[in-house]
Amino acid sequence: MSQSLNNVIKQAEQIILGKPQQIRLALTCLLARGHLLIEDLPGVGKTTLAHVLACTLGLQFQRIQFTSDLLPADILGVSVYQRDNEKFEFHPGPIFAQMILADEVNRATPKAQSALLEAMEEQQVTIEGTTRALPAPFFVIATQNPSYQVGTFPLPESQLDRFLMRIQMGYPDAQAERGLLSGVDRREIIARLSPQMESTELLALQQRVKAVLASPALLDYIQAILRHTREAARYAHGLSPRAGLALLSAARAWALLDERDAVIPEDVQAVLPGVVNHRLQAIGEYSKQNNGTLVRELIEAVAIP
Amino acid sequence: MSKSLIYGLLLSVLMVIAPHASHLPLWVSSLCVTMLLWRAYLTFSGNALPKRWLLTLITVASLGGIAVNFYALFGREAAVTLLMLMVTLKLLELRAARDAMVLIYMSCFIVITNFFYSQSIPTALYMIATLAVVVTTWIHLHAPNIALKPRLRTAAILLLQAIPLTLILFVLFPRIQGPLWGLPQDAFASSGLDDKMAPGSLSRLSLSDAVAFRVNYADKPPARDQMYWRGPVLWHFDGSTWTPGRTIHSVAPQFTELDKAVDYSVTLEPHNKTWLFTLDMPDKISVPASLTHDFQVLGKEPVNSRLRYEARSHLGFHANVREAAWQIQRALQLPPALNPQALQLAATWRGDGANDAAVVRNALSYFNRQGFQYTLEPPPLGVNGIDDFLFTTKKGFCEHYASAFVFLMRAAHIPARVVTGYQGGEFNYIGNYYIVRQSDAHAWAEVWLSGQGWVRVDPTAVIAPARVQTNVAAAVPNETAALPFMARMVSNPPAWLSNLRLNWDMLAFRWNQWVLGYNTERQFAFLTSLGMKAITWQNMAIIMTSGIWLVIGLFALFMLRHLFARQPDKVQAAWLRLCRKLAKAGLPRAAHEGAQDYSIRIAAARPELAATLHDLAARYIALRYGAVQDEQAQREFLQRAAALKI
Repeated sequence: MSQSLNNVIKQAEQIILGKPQQIRLALTCLLARGHLLIEDLPGVGKTTLAHVLACTLGLQFQRIQFTSDLLPADILGVSVYQRDNEKFEFHPGPIFAQMILADEVNRATPKAQSALLEAMEEQQVTIEGTTRALPAPFFVIATQNPSYQVGTFPLPESQLDRFLMRIQMGYPDAQAERGLLSGVDRREIIARLSPQMESTELLALQQRVKAVLASPALLDYIQAILRHTREAARYAHGLSPRAGLALLSAARAWALLDERDAVIPEDVQAVLPGVVNHRLQAIGEYSKQNNGTLVRELIEAVAIP
Repeated sequence: MSKSLIYGLLLSVLMVIAPHASHLPLWVSSLCVTMLLWRAYLTFSGNALPKRWLLTLITVASLGGIAVNFYALFGREAAVTLLMLMVTLKLLELRAARDAMVLIYMSCFIVITNFFYSQSIPTALYMIATLAVVVTTWIHLHAPNIALKPRLRTAAILLLQAIPLTLILFVLFPRIQGPLWGLPQDAFASSGLDDKMAPGSLSRLSLSDAVAFRVNYADKPPARDQMYWRGPVLWHFDGSTWTPGRTIHSVAPQFTELDKAVDYSVTLEPHNKTWLFTLDMPDKISVPASLTHDFQVLGKEPVNSRLRYEARSHLGFHANVREAAWQIQRALQLPPALNPQALQLAATWRGDGANDAAVVRNALSYFNRQGFQYTLEPPPLGVNGIDDFLFTTKKGFCEHYASAFVFLMRAAHIPARVVTGYQGGEFNYIGNYYIVRQSDAHAWAEVWLSGQGWVRVDPTAVIAPARVQTNVAAAVPNETAALPFMARMVSNPPAWLSNLRLNWDMLAFRWNQWVLGYNTERQFAFLTSLGMKAITWQNMAIIMTSGIWLVIGLFALFMLRHLFARQPDKVQAAWLRLCRKLAKAGLPRAAHEGAQDYSIRIAAARPELAATLHDLAARYIALRYGAVQDEQAQREFLQRAAALKI
């Protein structure tokens, strides 16, 4: 693995204390060309994580604060009539950046949400008949508050599926919290951060992810996992083929981060919670369990072939 | 035990016992339903199961109830009832998987008891569905993690796999003659012809569409108005009822055939009497039977299971041309001092000096001209029944006409008797056979004319030719609403309905012939046709056993092939051996644990093994998940894995 990727991780870990797993998962997501959904309470560092990643990776960063009156044009941009040259001129919206932080995505109306999600899916936007490509790399980190909070439009399952992973930040442990409280203001540090990587290097890494080997034995394992979710009684639906592809590419990225050129079952197990968490739903007697338990039980139920 | 499993068991038990509701005492059915509902409620609410003393009380009370109800705890009815109650009671002490197993085995067993009561195609289909539910529940018990759909699929596969075994057992298992369990009272009770005939007895019978028998003709079937199926012959009249009178079997009938023979086979439904119906006049029959002097064919014992026989008849005949004097006397018997007007009428016909044949013609033309009506619902008749019918009501069904005609003949000194049986039948053009139903029951007359012997005369044919040419429905066009569904349909059915009906009847016929009627002879014939030479019990047992093992072996081979296909390669085998070795040393690998995680865990527990294991795990990972494929690396890994000492 490139030295710069190591530096990225190191730098991020210095700012976001006690969350190495989340940082790695976010990077995995980025390398696998997926998008990331962070779901947690306000104030646990979702925005900071996005910001740090953008700065460290040297990506153009835009933040879109989702509110209930946000319109698609606020995201995508709008054409404005210019008096001087008597023409409409397109003013690109915040979506035209390499890294987007869509903050509190579940506070916006479904209309605004789908504008973002379509752009994520297509890697391009069509406004007034003109298709405009989005920059590359293009990476969206969306954050959302747990949906039971008042005034939210929870993303439907079909749109959750567009995110490669959904992770939670969780509270920091005691030591990290102490570091946070006693240290310098995070915002100041972020302002001073220097990019550790060129965006071309990032694109090259994304290409390398595709070359990571997934042996037949490993594919057997992934298929066994998929089959189990489809056959076991506790899940409302089994995992889709798209979820299987997501699982594989995330595991490849994870293997790359681990400096390996082949995927091993441990990689799959490491990314499995993030990848399937928002795609699996327990039913009946199992629905009271939280999803973490559900995924852990999934891992334990499937033997490695 | 999960709620869904309990609901599955409840459904299984319900499906298994439901068909018995029709013949169980009401208190048993309601007790069973109560216990099912009770268990469902307990499951739903999560309340505790009833206490043991309460269950004991219910059990003892049920046993008492059965004893009072049936005067026994054994025998078919009592035993089935007992099983019903026990299986529902067992639900109330369903606590562990063991209880669930008992319930499932009991359900499988009780499924069979349904065949004590009905062996029809719908019953069989219902039982297969029930079995599918029971097996699905069974799978649920053993593999609670499998969802409903794959569970149903597995159950279906299991049932399909059972088909070859079922076929082998069905074809080869030694057959037992007689109805199931061989008890006379087990024969299927059904209505049919009686050996008595009073006004109304046949018209009542014609309201039943139950099948009496089915007929296959070997060649061309005879004309419909020749299809007189001979049953009981009635000689004695007491003024209202005809009976056979004193029966004499010692005198052999004499018979001159005038016509070509008709060959046919009859599949007779059980009717608990000895008559075997044949066309007028019977010549030969393939089952042991006796031919009485008046040409009734009587079996050796009552027909209490479906019986198939081949027979040959002659449609043109001279029967008993020389009749004994005392038989002539029997055929002239009249009840004393009844029906004076009828006697008078017969006397006037005779008074003209007419011969016997002319009197018969006179009588028939009398029926034809005097406005007689053929009806299913004739008005009631008084003491002088024949007079009332002939001169007042003039409405009757075939038994009225046959009875009145024979009375008139006897009054005119012509020997005559009543013959009952069936006439006509419905042609099933799909299966190419005739269905004769109870609604085809008929009565006609025979007169003895010198030089010709006994001659059939059917007065009904004069009044309502359609009855003989077509069927009852055609003969009583205004009263078809009173007729049974099947008999009514015949008159004017839409094509699709008629096809459906005939197809269904054919299916039932084949089912009767080949499934229920698969007896020793058929088994013998079938095995012979398959080319089996020496059919003995021993040979059959050998073929049956080897057939079963062959099928099981094939399935096993199929499954093993599946297993072999997934046989791990050398590297994987060596890795698994290594894991077993470590497991023996107290460090088992969890099934979901990857090589890397495992080696790290072991390294923590046994630092002295760390280096070796990290090396082995890395080599294994490289060989199994990496691009390394060369023989050398593989050999090295195999050697090192084998060399590991703990």
